[in-house]
Parts: sequence; C-alpha cells; structure tokens
Amino acid sequence: MSSGPGTPSYEHSLSSTSDVARAAELTEVLGATEISRALTRIAHEILERNKGGTSVVLLGIPTRGVPLAERLARRLADVEPGLDARALVGTLDVTMHRDDLHRQPPRAIGSTQLPDGGIDNKVVILVDDVLFSGRTIRAALDALSDIGRPRAVQLAALVDRGHRELPIRPDYVGKNLPTSLNERVSVRLSEIDGEDAVLIGQRQTSAARERGEGDL
Amino acid sequence: MKHLLTTRGLSRADAIRILDTAGQMAATQSREIKKLPTLRGRTVVNLFFEDSTRTRISFETAAKRLSADVINFSAKGSSVSKGESLKDTALTLQAMGADAVVIRHQASGAPHTLAHAGWVEAAVINAGDGMHQHPTQALLDAYTMRRHLMPRVGRGVGVPGVGAGAGLDLAGVRVAIVGDVLHSRVARSNVQLLHTLGAQVTLVAPPTLVPVGVEAWPCEVSYHLDEVLVDLQPDAVMMLRVQRERMSSAGGGFFPSPLEYTRNYGLDAVRLGLLPEHAIVMHPGPMNRGLEISAEAADSPRAVIVEQVANGVAVRMAVLYLLLAGDVSQVGSHERASL
Repeated sequence: MSSGPGTPSYEHSLSSTSDVARAAELTEVLGATEISRALTRIAHEILERNKGGTSVVLLGIPTRGVPLAERLARRLADVEPGLDARALVGTLDVTMHRDDLHRQPPRAIGSTQLPDGGIDNKVVILVDDVLFSGRTIRAALDALSDIGRPRAVQLAALVDRGHRELPIRPDYVGKNLPTSLNERVSVRLSEIDGEDAVLIGQRQTSAARERGEGDL
Repeated sequence: MKHLLTTRGLSRADAIRILDTAGQMAATQSREIKKLPTLRGRTVVNLFFEDSTRTRISFETAAKRLSADVINFSAKGSSVSKGESLKDTALTLQAMGADAVVIRHQASGAPHTLAHAGWVEAAVINAGDGMHQHPTQALLDAYTMRRHLMPRVGRGVGVPGVGAGAGLDLAGVRVAIVGDVLHSRVARSNVQLLHTLGAQVTLVAPPTLVPVGVEAWPCEVSYHLDEVLVDLQPDAVMMLRVQRERMSSAGGGFFPSPLEYTRNYGLDAVRLGLLPEHAIVMHPGPMNRGLEISAEAADSPRAVIVEQVANGVAVRMAVLYLLLAGDVSQVGSHERASL
C-alpha cells in the first residue's frame, strides 16, 4: 500500500466502471512473468542472506503485501523442502500505528495474524507491494515492537519507486522504478484483482491527492 | 458519522463495521502490550452526571488503550452541584479542547442536546441517557452474541474466537429480553440494533413494566417467561436489572413483591434447563442476584456476563477509533454519512 490509494475502498473502485477509461492511460511496467521471476529471485536472496529459512517469518502488510508474502513463502518452501510455507507467513496490520490517521477518513482496520511460533528471536521480513515514502514501514516497525522482539527485521518490496521521506531502505527489491511524484504506481495481484501486473500512470485528480493518496 | 447518540440511526453496514472494528480491537487486547498509539494527542472527556463506575471505567480503559488523554468529570462535587447548566459545562469543555465527550445523564436527550446545540465541536458519545438509549451497551451485546452464536446459528460451525462472525449480521438469532423493560435504556437500544441486524427479539415483562407504545417497536411482547423459553427456544436470554432506584419504593407498585417477581420472571436453574444447549445468558450488570437472576444462572457456564464487560472495552475502542481517528472536517458529507 506504500504508493497505493489512500483507502481500501478507493482501491476497489479501481476495477469499477470509471476505470475502464483510466486504464487506457496506464502503462504496464511488469507483467505476470516478470513478477513471478522477481519473487523467485527475492526468495533465493532471502535464503542466501539468512542461511536458510528456518528462523525466517514473512509478514505481509495488507492489502497486497499479504498475497506477496504467501507467494514468497511458497517459493521458500519449494527451494528448501523442510520448510512449511504456512508456518512461515503472517500478516501485520499497521493501520493503528499510522501517523496520518487524523488527515483522512477512518480506515478499516485489518487483521494481524502471526505464525504459531510468534516472532520472538526470528528474522522478520516485512513484505509490501510498493515502497514509497517509507512511512508505512515506520508504522510497521512500531506495530512489530508491540507484538514481540524479532532478532532482525528486513524489508522486501515488489517495487521501490523512490521518494523516501524516512531513512528506510529495502533489503530485497523486485524492481527499482524511478518515478515522478505526479505518477501513480499500482500493483495488481491475481488473488485480489484477478491479474498480475504493475502499472504506472498519471495521478488523476486533486481530489485523489486530497484524500492523501500516496502520502504513505 | 460524527456522534453516537442512539442505535436507531445506525445502518446495518455501520453496525457491522463497528462490530468488525471491535473484533480487531479485541485481537490487540490479548497481546502483551495492549496499548496502541492510535489516538495520541486526542482528549476524551468522560462527563458523568449519573453514577456509573463500570461504564466510566470501560470508556476510560478504551480511551487509554488507544493512547488518548482522559479527563473524568463527575457531576458530584463539581460546579454542576453548584448549579452550573449543561451549556456552561459544555462551553468549558470546548475551551479545554475536548475531542470527544462521553456523556451519561439522567435526562433522556441530554446527549442529543449536547451534540446539536453548537456548544461543542467534539464528537458526542451517549453513555446512557435517562430511560432512552445506551448504544455502546447494545453494540457490545450484539458483538457478544455474534461471537458466540453466529458460527453456530449462522453459517458454519466454529469455536467462538476473536474473529468469529466477522462481517456477519445476526440474521436468524432469537433473543429474549426479560424484565424491567419500562425503565431500561438497554432494552430500547438493543431492540433497535438487534432488529437492524436481523435478529428476532421478544420482550418478556410483567404488564406493568411494559412501556406504552411498545407495539410500535420492532419486536414481540410476552408476559410469560416459561412459554417464551419453551416455545421460542431463544439463542440468547438477556436479563434486565430491576431498577429499584427508578421506582418509587421497593417494587414501587410495579409488582406485588420481589418474591413473586422472581417466581414469574427470574432466571433460575429450572428455566436454564429449558433453553437450547447453545443458548447464552446475558446481563448488562449490575445484577440483583436472587431477584432477576439466581446465583446458579449467573455463574453457569452459559453466562457470558463477565465476557460482556471485556467486550465492552473493545467495542468502545472501536467507537472511539471510528469517531476520532479520521479527519471528519475534511470529509465530504457523503463519506461522513457512511461513518
């Protein structure tokens, strides 16, 4: 959700009628094959850096970080047959730790579900779709400290579009995508949107910007 | 939604949204660190003109768990006992920068006045006004029912967990609300909310404790508890407290004697045996043990009375979050209407 729309409800409107016209303005940056390839590479990097997957926990940040974390977990289990993909993955809701709550209409709160082993003394890898200002990740770090004490925290993002506002850097990146602030990056995943793609387009209205879209 | 004054104005979608949010809040309350930074810097005033330790503590806990600053204002020993009006109290709170006012008042409609008179900009939450409404109590009751009953009555079978019933209403649930309906804001709030959520409500009370105009309420009325328990087989029985303080003297002429009330309308072990196996027993508290509920019923495994208290904190956290977390002033009227 780093560069995604301000509210989940707005995200859903992406697939509604008005977006048929809008879709024409979007350019596809990554297709399904490239996304798949990037995730496979990230999975190998995770295993290499952490010397295997036994102490790793993947926490997806809703909405689109969650299916990405699940896909990564499956790939880890494929490479290292001893691993159980379901025991590696969880979700981390950061809504209640955001610093922009007072600037937007109330957001729906997602769920936080940890794997059975918890996160204490594990290497937690936060997984999100787009890394933008870094504020979502800051909120995620706060949320993490409320639920346990991981040995280390790493960050995986499918797309890094730059424009960081905080000293936060990803450990694993699917694709570096230099963007202008006027552009909008949207990640679509088959689990949620019915297709895999990373799209880039112009921001549409000032109304969208007022809603705080892309602030986090 | 800017205020929470009654359950009548809540749409089904709003109610489900509050219950779902409460579910997420409850999930955070099982953690080692229960406090969230969500409402840091916001000020919540508990303005209590009527004694109520449990509701006040519940709201105070909810606000503190969300990191809001809490000011407790009790009418006793304050300027109100010196004759200050509600308006002047409100202006004082406004000057002190309250973001939300939780008000309990003995006069029905006082929260409505506070919300709409233009004295304060804060969000107003009704924590019980006279014999009128107590919306957060109704919401926590609905939350408790959904957690226990929806995995069973509704779709699928499951263990009642924190997330049980998320997204669902209470369609098909049968609820009996028993006792002093006349004086009960809990009953009024519950009838409306449960109806909105699709449950079937039956009020059971002595004829003297049934309010005038009850035929306009979206519920059935019966004067015979045993018949209702046998015929309706309710999924939840909600016992109401006999509110002696709102009656002129003990019983106040509403029923012949406490003993007779207990015989006809008290929930005891025999009546408990008439209920379906999965049914739950609820009570908004405080209980008059031996009057409307026997100790056996109150302490039975079916009683969820203590859990109602815990759920109260989660529901109040959800209400405070939904009313205070967003920037309401920047939201269009459409979005505000949709809470």
